[in-house]
Amino acid sequence: MLDYLQRLGATSLSMFERLGRGSVFFVNVLLSIPSVVVRPRLLVAQVYSVGVLSFSLIIISGLFVGMVLALQGFYTLSDFGAEGMLGVMVAASLVRELGPVVTALLFAGRAGSALTAEIGLMKATEQLSGMEMMAVDPVKRIMAPRFLAGLISMPILATLFSAVGVLGGYFIGVGLLGIDEGGFWSQMQAKIDFDQDIINGLIKSVVFGWVVTWIAIFEGYDAIPTSEGVGRATTRTVVHSAFAILLLDFILTALMFGDV
Amino acid sequence: MHISRSIEILVGFFVAIGFVAMFFLSMEVSNLSSANGDGGYDITANFENIGSLKVRAPVAMAGVNIGRVKAIEFDPESFEAVVTMKIEAKYNQLPSDSNASILTAGLLGEQYVGLEPGGEEEVLASGSELELTQSALVLEQIIGQFLFSSDPEEE
Amino acid sequence: MAETTPLIKVRDVHFSRGSKLIFDGVDMDIQRGKVTAIMGPSGTGKTTLLKLIGGQLRPSAGSIEVDGQNIHQLKHKQLYQLRKKMGMLFQSGALLTDITVFDNVAFPLREHTKLPESMIRHLVLMKLHAVGLRGARDLMPAELSGGMARRVALARAIALDPMMIMYDEPFTGQDPISMGVLVQLIRLLNDVLGLSSIVVSHDVKETCAIADYVYLVSAGKVVEHGSPEQLAQSDSEWSQQFMQGMADGPVPFHYAAKEYAKDLLGVEA
Repeated sequence: MLDYLQRLGATSLSMFERLGRGSVFFVNVLLSIPSVVVRPRLLVAQVYSVGVLSFSLIIISGLFVGMVLALQGFYTLSDFGAEGMLGVMVAASLVRELGPVVTALLFAGRAGSALTAEIGLMKATEQLSGMEMMAVDPVKRIMAPRFLAGLISMPILATLFSAVGVLGGYFIGVGLLGIDEGGFWSQMQAKIDFDQDIINGLIKSVVFGWVVTWIAIFEGYDAIPTSEGVGRATTRTVVHSAFAILLLDFILTALMFGDV
Repeated sequence: MHISRSIEILVGFFVAIGFVAMFFLSMEVSNLSSANGDGGYDITANFENIGSLKVRAPVAMAGVNIGRVKAIEFDPESFEAVVTMKIEAKYNQLPSDSNASILTAGLLGEQYVGLEPGGEEEVLASGSELELTQSALVLEQIIGQFLFSSDPEEE
Repeated sequence: MAETTPLIKVRDVHFSRGSKLIFDGVDMDIQRGKVTAIMGPSGTGKTTLLKLIGGQLRPSAGSIEVDGQNIHQLKHKQLYQLRKKMGMLFQSGALLTDITVFDNVAFPLREHTKLPESMIRHLVLMKLHAVGLRGARDLMPAELSGGMARRVALARAIALDPMMIMYDEPFTGQDPISMGVLVQLIRLLNDVLGLSSIVVSHDVKETCAIADYVYLVSAGKVVEHGSPEQLAQSDSEWSQQFMQGMADGPVPFHYAAKEYAKDLLGVEA
């Protein structure tokens, strides 16, 4: 029993230690951001590798999620004779929740793990050390551009997800299930509020982008420099990101939509 | 760092399409076009009971949406609900003796404020108050009225 | 021996990693213009020593002075300024894997100078020529053999014309020809460019062929130091065993174990 408590205590302490290291790391990255602004080429290259390469994944996922929402929603709403609300349902689900959250989860899996692996590998092959000895600060050169790229790409991807999802819902709802086209859009436009729904969804995606990219970069930077260590770091990125996204989603939703 | 032109183009495309998606969501999916900054003017109405009327509920005349409920407050002196409504600027010919009722849209629908035009020549302007109001129908009260008034043997 | 002050002064350095004591009071002088070798068995922390000198690690006690400056008291900016004058060759070369050989060598030039591309091209080609790899400039690091990668890393290390270079196990795992090339390059560059070189290695023969001064490190201390000739005549049994590569001596052949007969047959000897 005592042994168990001791291990629990040790694990908690190491968790706090990691969080502390991660926070110091983050502050360093934050302070290095001005140097990225002076070198836009680094940023562009990273936005490409983090954002553009996730594009097709997000578009396809968004399309299918939107279509499934329409399909499922139609049958549930029919029971209440409320099929006319399908547009609102699909749009609200996407813009408020599924857009930011699902995009963030997919982003963590695709871009986040790639970042961790890349940086971890650089650490294992001593490239980061080498850079330091060449008087090039790896935080400025490698970490900060990737962080900014993630921060920029996530909201873009989440917005794309929601937009494509709504279109997918439209194709299924109006095209396949025969809901009135005019009603679909007009109800949606009446009920989805720009400030409350769209802006809040955008804020969520920015927060998720910040957290997922932070975790991905830090895990790579902190990885044990062996192939096994990098592999485990990549797994940690995906798992920790998932926890963080879902936890933050709950908190943000409570704050944003709680009193509506 | 050598960035090929095609990468730069793709990144530019990526960011641009993000903006397009944002624009689409704002204009086609949300109420951005109708809700914001048309100008519009505020009018108020007092109700004994607003039922489940909420802020941002529609204000309609002849079934057409002409504004939104902006604020709902309680007046501690008259013990009535004070509802502030923002009417779109283009509807500035509404008679000042119009009456406001709280109605329900559809069977499961939300409550909204329905305006019926009066006959006065004077029109509503910013700060006007609608004198004639009809409170929301509260289900329990109606049932109560029905139960306790339709038993003739009690008389 | 030398009137000039040593380039690097390592004084009473202690360093631990976790609970493991790696250095327990180490003193060294690295003279200017000479090739100084630091040798010892695997795992004594020779690479760690290079990282301490480069300021990547902090000693728990003691000091390290590089060119008159205490490296661990420098602020971030000053440390990075000093590092521009130090070249380091990592065991694996540590080339940036996503750019060509040319771009790797050009990297420090592009990062730290505002020289025009035409000048950078000249410098890069010159450095690559010095290590004999000018023709390989468009290859990717993945396409290079280990020896070639190290030579490219060497070209990169001298790109900014540093005052010193540190070599971390440059001969490990090399075929005889590559080894020969590297041995020759290290000595040649040191003399021609007026560098001071520190070579960390356990390849006794190769290292002693080019070293001016040798430090033997074991169990966290400097066991002995001197010129290669002095060490060859050393009285210390341990030094003799190390320098000659004898299988058994102060460092025993057998790892501590039970008595052989008892272990094998289960009977008392």
